[in-house]
Amino acid sequence: MTDFTPNEMMTIAASRALTSKDVCFVGIGAPSAACNVARLTHAPDITLIYESGTIGTAPDVLPLSIGDGELCETAVTTVAVPEMFRYWLQGGRITVGFLGAAQIDRFGNINTTVIGDYHNPKVRLPGGGGAPEIATSCGEIYITLKQAKRSMVEKIDFFTSFGHGEGGDHRERLGIKTKGPTKLITDLALWEPDPVTKEFTVVSLHPGVTRDMVQETCGWTVKFADDLKETPAPTADELKTLRDLNERTQRAHHGKAA
Amino acid sequence: MSKVIPLAQAVRDNLNDGDTVAFEGFTHLIPHAAAHEAIRQGKKDLTLIRMTPDIVYDQMIGMGLAKKVIFSYAGNPGVGLLRRMRDAIENGYPREIETVEHSHAAMANAYEAGAAGMPSAFFRGYKGADLPKVNPEIRFVTCPFSGEELAAVPAHRPDVTFIHAQKANKKGDVLIEGIVGVQKEAALAAKRVVVTVEEIVEDFEGLHPNLTILPNWTITAISIVKGGAHPSYTHGYYDRDNAAYLEWDKVSADRELFTQWMRTNVLEATPDIFAERIKGLQA
Repeated sequence: MTDFTPNEMMTIAASRALTSKDVCFVGIGAPSAACNVARLTHAPDITLIYESGTIGTAPDVLPLSIGDGELCETAVTTVAVPEMFRYWLQGGRITVGFLGAAQIDRFGNINTTVIGDYHNPKVRLPGGGGAPEIATSCGEIYITLKQAKRSMVEKIDFFTSFGHGEGGDHRERLGIKTKGPTKLITDLALWEPDPVTKEFTVVSLHPGVTRDMVQETCGWTVKFADDLKETPAPTADELKTLRDLNERTQRAHHGKAA
Repeated sequence: MSKVIPLAQAVRDNLNDGDTVAFEGFTHLIPHAAAHEAIRQGKKDLTLIRMTPDIVYDQMIGMGLAKKVIFSYAGNPGVGLLRRMRDAIENGYPREIETVEHSHAAMANAYEAGAAGMPSAFFRGYKGADLPKVNPEIRFVTCPFSGEELAAVPAHRPDVTFIHAQKANKKGDVLIEGIVGVQKEAALAAKRVVVTVEEIVEDFEGLHPNLTILPNWTITAISIVKGGAHPSYTHGYYDRDNAAYLEWDKVSADRELFTQWMRTNVLEATPDIFAERIKGLQA
């Protein structure tokens, strides 16, 4: 077996959540890598959509932004941004939204807006972009992020996008008809919400990861599933696909500087 | 062809201190040259509208042109944060700015409503999100037919919209292709529209009939600025200068370095310099 890093395990585990049948709204960063690894391995027919309006895109390198030209050149079609959000996202055409997060709580609520008070922030983060409506209009939401106490917190500072709120049937109470966050993929584990409370629960530990390691990097008391599994290690093919993609990407984004 | 004028004149004639202005382009076709001209002319107290403020507004905010920014994603796409905008929000440097924050869906709907001559936009959004608590311009209405609660935001109606496009023809019709973003809506929502283009061609003969075209009578002024979107890109002409976006993270991190960079590359430059900047990025 080849050696792999926790980051590589995270991206590959995230890629496995996707299938060829999915129509996936891709967030930039970690989600973008996972979605393209899926497309290049087990899910060749997946439809990847970026919020710049590119539908069914198949980039050779990972885009630095959601609007790199290659996304358009390799897309089935490119639509205007208002159409993207109205017909395709709000219209209910998208099965999975794949998001990253700066801060997340145990119910999959996400903050990418501010650390501290909104009007007097300690750190002003970029904000929501497409996420507030992706979180409520896609069939379901997958979230991927690296575990750390400052990002997996008891209470997020700002609800940029709504997950399961206070848990339980909070989404239904707000009239939201989609499933919300159903998978959380970190560098250490796979998490799924408890069917009733909706609290994210660890269902599978990545190879070599202990319960303590998951708890030490998480700001709330972690619940583990009774039948806790071990995530299969990355295959040689998955690793090669990811590394080749990263190498092509690195070359493309740094090579053209004047 | 009277609409084709030098960029300095187009900006002087159409952008006034205190105006509400949109420089649009969704990652693609960002009108950097027009923004640099506004900076050189020292425009003041602007209300800047843009979905993703991006480097272009980071520069304008850092140079003190903005009193208010209406936006939905204040990041350097794929790189990180907008450090000049952060400095203005967190520390009031070089001046305090007011911010009005939305989601992308709200901004796109607001432009579309502006183009459609509507006072406001309605959509399914902001459910469970905190933005409605901090932005009083986000309200909720009940659909009179279904009873569903929908989000409402005011339409965007800029005094002037600046966009960059591939080309205009001799009549002044403007062609946009590739990632078309929100420019058509931003242009049709505005009182005045200024377009920078890579080139002017005789006519659009032989092009696909469904391309995005703004007819000449929707446009106030056109200026030819080769490379005018750099470090953003113009599909079919040159690629996005991703290295410049990465470099901006360093330049914008330091007030001194930023000031120096703006002096050399903007204040002491002219629009012609954009043609130099895209060398090596052309297909």
